[in-house]
Formats: sequence, C-alpha cells, structure tokens
Amino acid sequence: MISAPTNDIEFRSVTKRYGAVTAVSDINLTVPKGAFVALLGPSGCGKTTCLRMIGGFEQPSEGEVLIAGKVANGVPAYRRPVNMVFQQYALFPHFDVEKNVAYGLKQLRPKLPVAEISRRVGEALEMVRLSGFAKRRIHEMSGGQQQRVALARALVNKPSVLLLDEPLAALDKKLRTAMQIELQTLQRDLGITFVLVTHDQEEALSMSDLVCVMSAGRIRQLATPQEVYDRPADLFVADFVGKTNRFDGTLEAGGTVRLGNGAALPVSRKDLAPGAVTVALRPEAIRLSRGTGNAATLEGTVTHRIFLGSAAEYSIAIDGLGDMLVTAERQTQNDLVAPGERVAISFDPGTAHIFPA
Amino acid sequence: MALTMTAKRRLVTTALLAPASVWLFVFLVLPFIAMVIFSVGERGPAGGYQAAFTFAQYANLPARAAAYWNTLLLAPVGAFFCLVVAYPTAYYLAVKASPRHRLLLVSLVVVPFWTSLLVRTYAWMYILGSRGIPNLLDMIGIADVRLLNTPGAVLLGIVYGYLPLMIMPIYVSLEKLDRRLLEASADLGAKPVSTFFSVTLPLSLPGVMTGVALVTILLLGEYLIPQLLGGGKVFFIGNALVDLFLQSRNWPFGSAIAVTLVAIVVVVLMVAMRIAWRISGTRQVDLI
Repeated sequence: MISAPTNDIEFRSVTKRYGAVTAVSDINLTVPKGAFVALLGPSGCGKTTCLRMIGGFEQPSEGEVLIAGKVANGVPAYRRPVNMVFQQYALFPHFDVEKNVAYGLKQLRPKLPVAEISRRVGEALEMVRLSGFAKRRIHEMSGGQQQRVALARALVNKPSVLLLDEPLAALDKKLRTAMQIELQTLQRDLGITFVLVTHDQEEALSMSDLVCVMSAGRIRQLATPQEVYDRPADLFVADFVGKTNRFDGTLEAGGTVRLGNGAALPVSRKDLAPGAVTVALRPEAIRLSRGTGNAATLEGTVTHRIFLGSAAEYSIAIDGLGDMLVTAERQTQNDLVAPGERVAISFDPGTAHIFPA
Repeated sequence: MALTMTAKRRLVTTALLAPASVWLFVFLVLPFIAMVIFSVGERGPAGGYQAAFTFAQYANLPARAAAYWNTLLLAPVGAFFCLVVAYPTAYYLAVKASPRHRLLLVSLVVVPFWTSLLVRTYAWMYILGSRGIPNLLDMIGIADVRLLNTPGAVLLGIVYGYLPLMIMPIYVSLEKLDRRLLEASADLGAKPVSTFFSVTLPLSLPGVMTGVALVTILLLGEYLIPQLLGGGKVFFIGNALVDLFLQSRNWPFGSAIAVTLVAIVVVVLMVAMRIAWRISGTRQVDLI
C-alpha cells in the first residue's frame, strides 16, 4: 500500500538563476500537509521566486519542486493543483465579481453544469462574506473587498495549496489585522496548506504555524514563530525578526562576555568556544532600574522615551557602549523613567543570544 | 495683485487650451459652419456658391451613391483587413518579442511613415501594373491577370498604407496589459488559448477600437489610394469632392456630401466608443 504523501510542497536542492543573478540558491524545504507557512524576508531574498516556482510561473534552474509528492518541474501553471492570491490581487477588470470567481470553475473539463458553477460561486462568496456583491464591477470594490474576491477566486477550485503573495500589503493597518484573523480562520476551517510570502515579520509571526526566514536566496531558519523569535538561528534572523540590540564582545572562559566598555556580563552559552562574538538582546528582555547597579549590570542615561500606554520604549545611552533600546512593561503608574535619568540595566543570562562573530 | 488659487488655476488652464481652441475654431469650426451654409445654397451660374436656402443638394445625394457605397464599404473592410494583419503583429511586438529587440521592431513599423505615401503608392502602381506581378504571372503561363485599377488593388493599398496606424494603438494596449492577469488566468486553470480569448483579447479591445476608428475615419476621407490604384474606377467620396470643388465647381453639392460624411463619421465614432466602454468595463477608453 502506498501511503498518501504527507508533504504538500517539497523543494529538493532548488536553485533559480536569472542570467548571472542567482535568486534562489540550493533550497531544501518541506511544507507539511495542512500547514500555514510564511516565507519571510527582505525584498530580493528569493521568497517570491520560491512562491512562483510552486505556482508554475517560474521553473527551477536546478533541483526539483514537488507538489503533493509529484515532481512539478515543467508542469505548466494551468495544470497545477495550486491557486494563488496575487499581489494587488490581479482581478479581471472586465468581469464582475461573480465572473471573476467563476473563472476557475469554467476552465474545468468536463464542463460543469451552469447551476453547479453558480452554486459553488455562491458558496465561495458566502465564505468571504461578499454574498450581495456578485454583480459588482471590480473597480467598484474597496481594497479589502477586492482582497476577499481574490481569495474566493483562488479557493473556488478547492486547491490543495493556496499561495498568497503579500496579500495584505495594500491594506491599511486595521483592515490588515482583521484579514490576518480571517485568513487564519479560513485556513483552519478548510485544512488547505497556505504558503504566504511577506516582508512583514508581524504578519508572518501572527498567522503562520511555520516561518521560513530567507535572505539572499537561502533559508536562514525554518521553525515555529515562537522559536524564530526566541531562538533565532543567526544574527540575521535575530535582526530581521523583532527588534534587537547588538553588541560586539569577547566570550571568555567561564561564561561571561566582555563588552567594549569593559563590562563583563554572564551568559548561558557554555557550548561556544571563547572568542569574538555578537550579543543580541531583545528590548523586552531587559530590566530597567533607577540609579546605579552592580558588576553584572550596564549603566547609562535615558535619552528618549516613547510612551506606548501599557509599556514604554526607552532609548538609553549605555556608558562607553552606545545606544540600547529597552521596552519596559508598566507595573505601577509612577514607574516611568524620564529622559536624563541614570539607569542600570540587567537581563537573565538565558535571554541573551550569542553568535560567533 | 494677488490672484486666488482657483483664479490662477483657471488662468493657467485657459492659457494651455487657448492655442488648440483658436486653431480648432479657425480651421475646423469656421470652415464647417461655412460648409453647412454652402450645403443649403445653390450653384452660381459660373460655379461656386450662390446664397439660397434649399435642401435640393441633399435630395441630390443619391447621384453620388456609388462614391458613398465604395467608401462606406471599402473603409470598414479595409479597416478590418488592417486589423487582421495588425493584431498578430502588435501581439508579437508587445508580448512575444524580447524587450531588447522591441524598440527596433516597433521603429521598423513606423519607419515607412517617413517616406511620402504618394511615393509608396506609386511603387504599388508599378508592382501591380502590367510590368509588375501580371508580367511575372504571364511568364509562367497565367495570362491577362488584371490587378491595378480593381477594388482589390485599392484594398491592398489601404491595408499597406494604414497598417502602422492600426498596429500602434493595439500594441500600446497590449503592452500595458498587466502580465499578472495572464498569470492569474493560467493559475486558475486556463490554457493559453483560453487565456487569450477571455483575458488578452477583451482587454486589448480599447486599442482595437481606437485603431479601427482611426483607420476607418481616415479612410472615409481617402483620396490618393483610390485615385492611383483604383484608376478612377473605384471612386471614393474624397474623389467625388475633389471633382465637385475643383472640376465642376459645384460647391453646394460638394458641401452637402461633405456634411453628410462628417455626420456619418461622428455617428460611427460614438457607436464605437460605446461598444469599447461596454466590453472593457471601464470608462477610461482613450479613443484617439
């Protein structure tokens, strides 16, 4: 008995070159069935190229792309069981909403009966809560509505994988948050694999089960959002996902890092060989206290304060080291520190990420 | 003296539109009014115009029915054949040609425009004339083929002469077609042929309509090609007008024919615009 493939998408040593430019270089990636994966990275990192290779709009220069266990190299886009929500949606401007959504169904052979098509279009529109909009022209719809038409159009053929290319980039912040929740719900209800491309780390972290951080055509880390944030694989990931304070220093035997200003901070990395390292610290992992500290703390002067309501973000000039960003949750109403005040900062050894320089 | 912003903007708009408005008024509106006045007048004893108010000239239009027939038949048919040749060319230029060669190929389409149409039409006279293709056919045993001075020759001349005017608007509409729409179509399972007929063709219709309207309208006033390649046998309204104004000096009758022609052009244009709007689903159709 042949077991059904458990991976919907698989990249095997995939490289994509455009002339002399390598967009994607030797990527291996498996996306389990029913997962919500985000390809995250700065523009030009190869994430969109990867998505387009799944969609069939680009062919790998080397390696294999597998969809539902079958090699898809050379299979044209119109024969692939995947559908895409395009950036800016790419809705057909000469069709109304209904015809846009029905487009995929009308391509099926043998032809579906008209009644069946209109039933499924109705279902798809209901799913994205656009039931009353069937006869609207695309240019009469708002950005958020167009986004939902694009979703309905892509999902109406019941693809095994849905590809989303920066689907929320054109929406305003409030709508974006609402759509994030909607997409997540939709994905859980349908059980379809979602592959999302985004440069917005917040989007990637909040929606997906798995985040694939990419840069310069390579995968830097593939892990759950929490892991990517808490245990970044390298300095790039630490920097790109969330805010990070970076300091160069030297790891000394005995588990301390000596920083540029002479301070020695305890860290919990016994596995690394002593030598030059970079310390990365999340702003919220840092504790702030007024006045002077002790040997295991850094001292500095508050230069800026951004009041966020439940928390405050401080920029602190650390003596002999440079600026550091600290986010402090407010415990009491009078624990805000004012610019100009002297403060001591400390952190748990376990929260500092140490990367060999 | 301080001008308010709106007043200033209005002044700028007026200044920008003034040259074109003056030009159109002096060289289009005034002559047209004169033509309408002439068309309800009478022919003077020695030709020209004599003031009157009569629709006799319009009643006499059937006398030039042949010219109307030739024009109203060959203009759309010519435009149609132009379209048949132009669309694949424009499609190739806009979609298939590599961007590196595109500019060169597009300029090749335009370059013939730099030489006079008269010269190029004379060349066709020679090619179609008895010493051209018929002569070659005669050598392989097909004798007495007549090409010049036939409707076919006029049609050929029309397609040849007006092709660039048809290619360019179609090329432009295909060139600005969002490639992602084609990808979306393929993504949804449409084969390339299906994508062409459901997406590419409908979205290039504004360009097609522009080209067809442009060529048809210019053909309605065509004079040179029927004169040279039709040999006076395929008579267009343009030829009728030249005769009436310059030979028989019947200005009122000529004016009536011209006014009727303008009316036909306006109607054709309006209908074409409506159709283009309807199909492409936008109001942003740039017709000419």
